Amino acid sequence: MEKYVYIALFAPLVGSLVAALFSMRGKIAFTGWFTSLMLAVSMIASLNLLSFVYTTDIVLNVTLFEWMKAGSLNIPFGFIVDHVSVVMMTVVTVVSTMVHIHSIGYMENDEGFNRYFSYLSAFVFSMLVLVMSDNFAVLFIGWEGVGVCSWLLIGFWYKKESAAWAANEAFIMNRVGDVGLLLAMFLIYWSLGSLQYEEVFQNIGTLETSTITWIGILLFIGAMGKSAQFPLHTWLADAMEGPTPVSALIHAATMVTAGVYLVVRSNELYVLIPEVGYAIACLGAFVAIFAASMALVHNDMKRIIAYSTLSQLGYMFVAAGLGAYWVALFHLVTHAFFKSVLFLGAGNVMHAMNNELDIRKMGGLHNKMKSTSIIMTIASVALAGIFPLAGFFSKDKILEAAFNGDAYFLWLILWITAGLTAFYSFRLVMKVFHGEQNYSNDDFHPHEAKGFVIAAMVPLAILAVIAGWFEFAFVDFVTKVLPSWEASNIVSSTVWILILVTSAVAIAGIVYAVVKYRNGGFSKDWEDKSIHKLLSNQYYIPQFYENFITKPYHKLSVWVFNVIEVKIIDNTIENIASLIKKTGGKARVIQSGNLSSSLRLMVLGLILGLVLALVLSLFGGVK
Amino acid sequence: MTLNAYLILSTLLFCIGLIGVLKRKNVLMLFFSTEIMLNAVNVGLAAISKFHGDLSGQMFAFFIIAVAASEVAIGLGLLILWYKRTGSINLDDIARMKG
Repeated sequence: MEKYVYIALFAPLVGSLVAALFSMRGKIAFTGWFTSLMLAVSMIASLNLLSFVYTTDIVLNVTLFEWMKAGSLNIPFGFIVDHVSVVMMTVVTVVSTMVHIHSIGYMENDEGFNRYFSYLSAFVFSMLVLVMSDNFAVLFIGWEGVGVCSWLLIGFWYKKESAAWAANEAFIMNRVGDVGLLLAMFLIYWSLGSLQYEEVFQNIGTLETSTITWIGILLFIGAMGKSAQFPLHTWLADAMEGPTPVSALIHAATMVTAGVYLVVRSNELYVLIPEVGYAIACLGAFVAIFAASMALVHNDMKRIIAYSTLSQLGYMFVAAGLGAYWVALFHLVTHAFFKSVLFLGAGNVMHAMNNELDIRKMGGLHNKMKSTSIIMTIASVALAGIFPLAGFFSKDKILEAAFNGDAYFLWLILWITAGLTAFYSFRLVMKVFHGEQNYSNDDFHPHEAKGFVIAAMVPLAILAVIAGWFEFAFVDFVTKVLPSWEASNIVSSTVWILILVTSAVAIAGIVYAVVKYRNGGFSKDWEDKSIHKLLSNQYYIPQFYENFITKPYHKLSVWVFNVIEVKIIDNTIENIASLIKKTGGKARVIQSGNLSSSLRLMVLGLILGLVLALVLSLFGGVK
Repeated sequence: MTLNAYLILSTLLFCIGLIGVLKRKNVLMLFFSTEIMLNAVNVGLAAISKFHGDLSGQMFAFFIIAVAASEVAIGLGLLILWYKRTGSINLDDIARMKG
């Protein structure tokens, strides 16, 4: 079985390296198909591993090589394929295979075609390293690897200033979180002497509660950066500057869920500190409603879906924070499917509309892009959480977890968010595919995407429908490693009431959106209201960061440059250089080229040396 | 005779050689002077070796003689070549490396 581990891990790397060979050339369709093939190979290997772990319950431990070994420090480059990581591997490879195939169509006229596929496959490799690692150090490599690939792909069209800016923003924001993760790793090593998950989680109970709390908080700061939780959330919306399939793969389905994965992986740590867990849940619930409210008013198609991603990540953290780890993982899986489909559909629409993103300039596209419209509607229904689609099962469990944990306030927030989610999803669908046509036929000629592009979306759409049906199998499977959780505090009738209430609010949101936008939507003066302005300016948080962090920092940097850099450092170095130059000028007369005078100087030096040695031996006490 | 007498002889020879190196402008004379210096050292080595009853000093002197011989062979070869080119073996004329 080991060979499948290696195939799953390294096939994307091979694809990436081969595509990189052609990165400076124009489009070669081969690179797209080859990387997709490699991803498919990796997917098949992952599925094989899934069925192996499912049938035998054997956890595979593979050590690639000794990595760091010095004194008591021993960090092997090792991988673990257990019930959690194999689920993540399957999700990552399935989604990325489909995204690769979709990208062949999406990027077909781009001159950076080969470069794009090289980056995309490199991302999948890093992500697999992240989820398969069996210690924190290798996880960190994958963690940084996905960060770099995300930076490369957000800034893929680096000639566009906004894209380059967004890429840097994402990278720098992630650094803030990474400091937390690094400090957590140092603290773990310092107090436990190992970074292997197995040893760390076995001995974590022996530490003092304060140390565990710090580790938990710092790890969560790392997770916050990667999963774009408040206050490090602004980069995710700006990351939409990248190509749309990238948003589908990295900024919806896989990389941003790495934070959730980290918390789920460290469950044995968080079980010991329920207060921190509760704080995580509160932050998650806050982000859920906070992001959903911003999604309500935005007119940029991709940003709406990005805020929706943020909101769903908030849901996952609520579940993880309240100790329902398998629920968080379950929502992660279902969310990966329907959110990637939504983004891929958005890509199709953008392609059809010459990269137009403003949903006010669309409308009535259903007749022209039937398949995309149907698939996106299915994904939106799944996102809204309507029975029997995937979102229903996972989201409902999260709400149950909140209710069960006596966190009624969190439940209320999530319940409202469920309604908002349904509303904004269908606002998007209605504005894009239905209603009046808001563009002129002379400027735009919308057309359906190619057959294979749609075909790549179909498996994901099917999974978005059926993934929830495997809830019981999933629970049995992952609770072999994760702590089991069930709604034990509440009776089954309450559970049914909760399900009904949640479904009711979701359906109400959908119906309200459909009816409202069928009748022409909201009036113009709604846009002048202060609440609308507040929401569409993202609560003025980007402006706040700009004015209170970026600008003062820029001023400080300018001051440091003018004073410390130019006046102190540069001056010192220049003075040293000119001193040496002057000395050289003075000393160059020695080099007359005359052998006789050189010999005299040599003898003089010898005598001076002898005298010095003599003096030192007489007075200096040299023995 | 005592060891001191040999060492004084050695020192005198060395100083003669050193003055030759410093004062002479003829490259051939320079070679002679360095040979004198080397042999001054040899005298010292041989004398100390004899007085200590340790043969390694004398062996060392033989090595120095061998090395000096080969060095002179190369040096003289170069000197002849130089004389053929320039017609002079005055040190002051050899100043091509002026910085």
